[in-house]
Amino acid sequence: MSPPHSPHGHGRVKGEKPKSFGTAWKKLFSYLGKHRIAVWAAMIFAFVGTALTLIGPNKLRDLTDLVKEGLISGVVDMGAVWEIGVFLIAIYAVSGILSLVENYIMATVSQKTASRLRTDISKKINRLPLKYFDRSSKGDILSRTTNDIDTLGQSMNQSMGTLITSVTMLIGSLVMMAYTNISMMIVAVLSSLAGFVLMSLIVRRSQKYFIKQQEYLGKMNGHVTEIYSSHDVVKVYNGQESATRKFDAVNDGLADSAFMSQFLSGLMMPLMNFIGNLGYVAVCIYGAIIVINGNITIGVIVAFMIYVRLFTQPMSQLAQAFTGMQSVAASAERVFEFIEEEELSPEENLTHKIENVRGRVEFRDVHFGYVPGKEVIRGFSATVEPGQKVAIVGPTGAGKTTLVNLLMKFYETDSGDILVDGVSIKDMKRSDVHELFCMVLQDTWIFEGTVRENIVYSKKDATDEEVIEACTAVGVDHFIRTLPNGYDTKLDNVSSLSVGQRQQITIARAMVENAPMLILDEATSSVDTRTERIIQNAMDSMTGGRTSFVIAHRLSTIKNSDMILLMKDGNIVEQGTHEELLASGGEYKELYNSQFEDMSAV
Amino acid sequence: MIFKYINKKEWSLVAVCFVLVCFQVYLELEIPGYMAQITTLLTTGGTVEQIMSQGWPMIGAALGSLIMAIFVGAVAAYIAASLAHRLRKLQFDKVGSFSKAETSKFSLASLITRSTNDVTQIQTAFAIGMQVIMRAPVMAIWAIVKISNKDMTWTLAMAVAIVILMSTISVVMYLVIPRFKIIQRLTDNVNRITEEGLTGVRVVRAYNAESYQEAKFEVANEELTSTNLFTSRTMAFMLPVISTVMSLLSLAIYIIGAILISAASGFELRLELFSDMIVFSSYAMQVVMAFMMMIIIFMIVPRAAVAARRIEEVIDTEPTVRGGTVKESPEGTEGEIEFRNVSFRYPGAADSVLENVSFKAKKGETVAFIGSTGSGKSTLINLVPRFYDVTDGQILVDGVDVRDYELNALHGKIGYVPQKAVIFSGTVESNVNYGDTDDKRTIDDVKKAVAIAQGTDFVEKIENGYEGAISESGTNLSGGQKQRLAIARAVCRKPEFYIFDDSFSALDYKTDKVLRKALKKETSGVTSLIVAQRIGTIMEADTIVVLDEGRVAGTGRHTDLLESCEVYRSIALSQLSEKELMG
Repeated sequence: MSPPHSPHGHGRVKGEKPKSFGTAWKKLFSYLGKHRIAVWAAMIFAFVGTALTLIGPNKLRDLTDLVKEGLISGVVDMGAVWEIGVFLIAIYAVSGILSLVENYIMATVSQKTASRLRTDISKKINRLPLKYFDRSSKGDILSRTTNDIDTLGQSMNQSMGTLITSVTMLIGSLVMMAYTNISMMIVAVLSSLAGFVLMSLIVRRSQKYFIKQQEYLGKMNGHVTEIYSSHDVVKVYNGQESATRKFDAVNDGLADSAFMSQFLSGLMMPLMNFIGNLGYVAVCIYGAIIVINGNITIGVIVAFMIYVRLFTQPMSQLAQAFTGMQSVAASAERVFEFIEEEELSPEENLTHKIENVRGRVEFRDVHFGYVPGKEVIRGFSATVEPGQKVAIVGPTGAGKTTLVNLLMKFYETDSGDILVDGVSIKDMKRSDVHELFCMVLQDTWIFEGTVRENIVYSKKDATDEEVIEACTAVGVDHFIRTLPNGYDTKLDNVSSLSVGQRQQITIARAMVENAPMLILDEATSSVDTRTERIIQNAMDSMTGGRTSFVIAHRLSTIKNSDMILLMKDGNIVEQGTHEELLASGGEYKELYNSQFEDMSAV
Repeated sequence: MIFKYINKKEWSLVAVCFVLVCFQVYLELEIPGYMAQITTLLTTGGTVEQIMSQGWPMIGAALGSLIMAIFVGAVAAYIAASLAHRLRKLQFDKVGSFSKAETSKFSLASLITRSTNDVTQIQTAFAIGMQVIMRAPVMAIWAIVKISNKDMTWTLAMAVAIVILMSTISVVMYLVIPRFKIIQRLTDNVNRITEEGLTGVRVVRAYNAESYQEAKFEVANEELTSTNLFTSRTMAFMLPVISTVMSLLSLAIYIIGAILISAASGFELRLELFSDMIVFSSYAMQVVMAFMMMIIIFMIVPRAAVAARRIEEVIDTEPTVRGGTVKESPEGTEGEIEFRNVSFRYPGAADSVLENVSFKAKKGETVAFIGSTGSGKSTLINLVPRFYDVTDGQILVDGVDVRDYELNALHGKIGYVPQKAVIFSGTVESNVNYGDTDDKRTIDDVKKAVAIAQGTDFVEKIENGYEGAISESGTNLSGGQKQRLAIARAVCRKPEFYIFDDSFSALDYKTDKVLRKALKKETSGVTSLIVAQRIGTIMEADTIVVLDEGRVAGTGRHTDLLESCEVYRSIALSQLSEKELMG
């Protein structure tokens, strides 16, 4: 019995095919490391255990013949019977224990390997350059850590053992049948094979409906998700009727394909039974004929009745084992592909550190593009004096966030240099650069954990006072206290925090981290303007003397900056204070005025 | 119970099914009988013809049982598929009738799971379970009856085997099944932490928190691995024990046979015992298999029951917002909205979100709502299309209480644009011309609406223009583009009222201006309710309602409020300088 992990096992399309079955297995096997010996042992146990069970029917034949002799003579040779009995008990016990040990080893190895792979992926995520995440989807990486590793863990456990067992059993039962009686073997094999031909025809046919059912399930999921998540709009526009029309069409198609695939897959068991019965009858009738001719004993028939079962059983198991091994290979391929991705450049030799940060930041003719040939930053140069509050504004795509990415050394510049207090960040370790800045991003990042954990984050030595102080400063302390458990309330993604409140919490996190410089990338975009004021005042008092970089869409946010950089197409087009820029009457003025222009002036 | 959704026709099919299953079991149990006959014939030197006379019926019985099984399978699959079809439909229609109070009670993700995965679970349980539930007990009982007249020692051996098997399986299941649920939770945990690490990858690095993340992941991984190890190691016991016990049982039957035969006197009796022995060994296997099948029932049923309960919860929930009877509003009152002392609190909440809000908008007027986050402005306009109903007071649309309208009639008056634009998969045209009156509007209406929403430029750049494909949730559009399509949808409907729930924030200042100007010019008779964050968006409104913690802090025009309302003044000053406000 397999674990009831997947309730949809019956409807699932067979596992995807690996690009190279051999390479994937080879890699997986070498990844097993010290477990390899255990796996070899398990395989040997599986082989020996199965081979032993094959002796059983032969001995049972001898037993039946002994009893049959007794039928006529009236005395059964009980001594001989017990001899066989004890021998068989020993065989069954040994083979049972061997297959138990094999199962146990494989279960352990598979799970430990899965666990190690998970750890490796988790660590890998932190060693990949950010540009990797630009080109691959989150869902894809997630499915490698969970689905693929789960498949790997489970299928490896079952398929390797099953493969050995069923191959041994198939070949073994053939050999034993041949050894016992060739002509009966032919009858048994032919009658079973006839059944299997029939079965494979059905499998091929049902595959089509499985795929169809899967497609309809996908459509159904998509439609239901779309309509449920647009509930408000569907309601107000009275769109329920048209949504229902589409739903009905998909639902009908789904029911039809579900019926066919459910029906066809339900046929497997009875068909297997029938094949078993057919083989059984064929063996009996043919056996009866030759028993009468005096060629064999009745014990041979009894033995064959079991051989037929041993022969038909592994055929379907073998097919299963193969699909299992294939999905292991496909999963392993995807997992290893991720683990073997190119990592961030090593930085052991980068030893520059800035001890007492003053906060002078200089961009020197920086050029950068995410994709070669498509420059986003084109020769950006600017000098920020210690303690200055610098605002970066400009239209979407101007390169504002890219600038932050470069400053944080998330990406390396293509040419040019960024210097902090005269030290090039190229000469510093990434972690040492990160330590220079507190950073708050537009996409607030809250993880499942308490409010306190979210604010303290990796700064384990932060005191409660610091946390509360930061929260008070950003105006969220009161709200947190109204939560059921105050600072110990668990937050998760579905909890009722508004975007604004989430932003407040992430700002508090940055405040607690208390790094020498500050980067705010649209950090207050979803906080209303009044609350933003409060936060700004708090920031100003806290960041007094700190160099800070503020990116904002809302111009009111940055009006009182020491320097405003207006960016366009990867470069600075205007630079100065709010008043200076308004006075110069350039693009900044136009941008600024557009927010409260009189309607008639448009 | 979920069974009440099975109709009469299907119940009669179930009955037919049961009869067929009984017949199937009968045929299957005949087979060892023929076998016994054949054995007897073999030992007494019967002719090939005599043996064939037993062999043909035996094949016939096997074939007959296969045909029965096919029928039963077809009926079970039919019932499972049509029950699933019905449950999906019932849920979809029910959810369609829900108001926000019900949808938020369940949460979106849970509603989706209930309508899809849970139904599939029920379907699988019915398709597989129905056959097993009928077959296993019939098989077990019938086979036991068949062998009950044979020697008790055999029956005893079989009973011992069954007890050992059942207790092994029960212990394994008892240990393992509850842990499967835990594994699901732990897997979600691992998933969640990985997802956190991925979405927050820049934050993690900025805070040098890589080892923090890894440590957190390791804890979850360790937990998952140890539970996984426990279950799969425990499961490792099951198959070897089962096959060993089965082998030992057939051995025991033969040894017992040998003992019985050697003790018996007379050839006839010995022969009878011998054929009994052969027959018994096959019946015993049937009984043991039947008992093991019943274990499957215990695995399927509880999980299906959980799914069934979740589905029923949805179907049995009654929508709290129901329509009235008014279809047409009285003449001369079109375009009027009035809030009379409206208060609202969320179901189960202690505090009111809105308290005693009153205002009135006449045809063609614009009423704007402003206030800080959490002041209740979105909630307020959500009351008009009855996403929720007021707790106290009254909302009048065209002079009639919103609760008296037929829901379709009320909704037909409204062009609603939510804060987060909703985009359907389809085309630009199907997104703009959306809703119950879509057949009354032409492509020219669509083009005009898109033009008013300032979307002509980008729509015409899309491949195939108005017929251009829009992917699910509009992933091929930018935020501003989605918002403009959502606004065009409202315009295209030619409503009496617009409701803009912070719909302009995703637009840049310039587009925002031009768009609102076009709206005012092209759809001048339409009354608008606007929630906004930017002062610039609402400065020209006929009435501005300032909300502060659910209460009206001031009502009036921009210039009046600057004088009279402190809250408004501080919001305004946080965005613009004094000079700019006055100028």
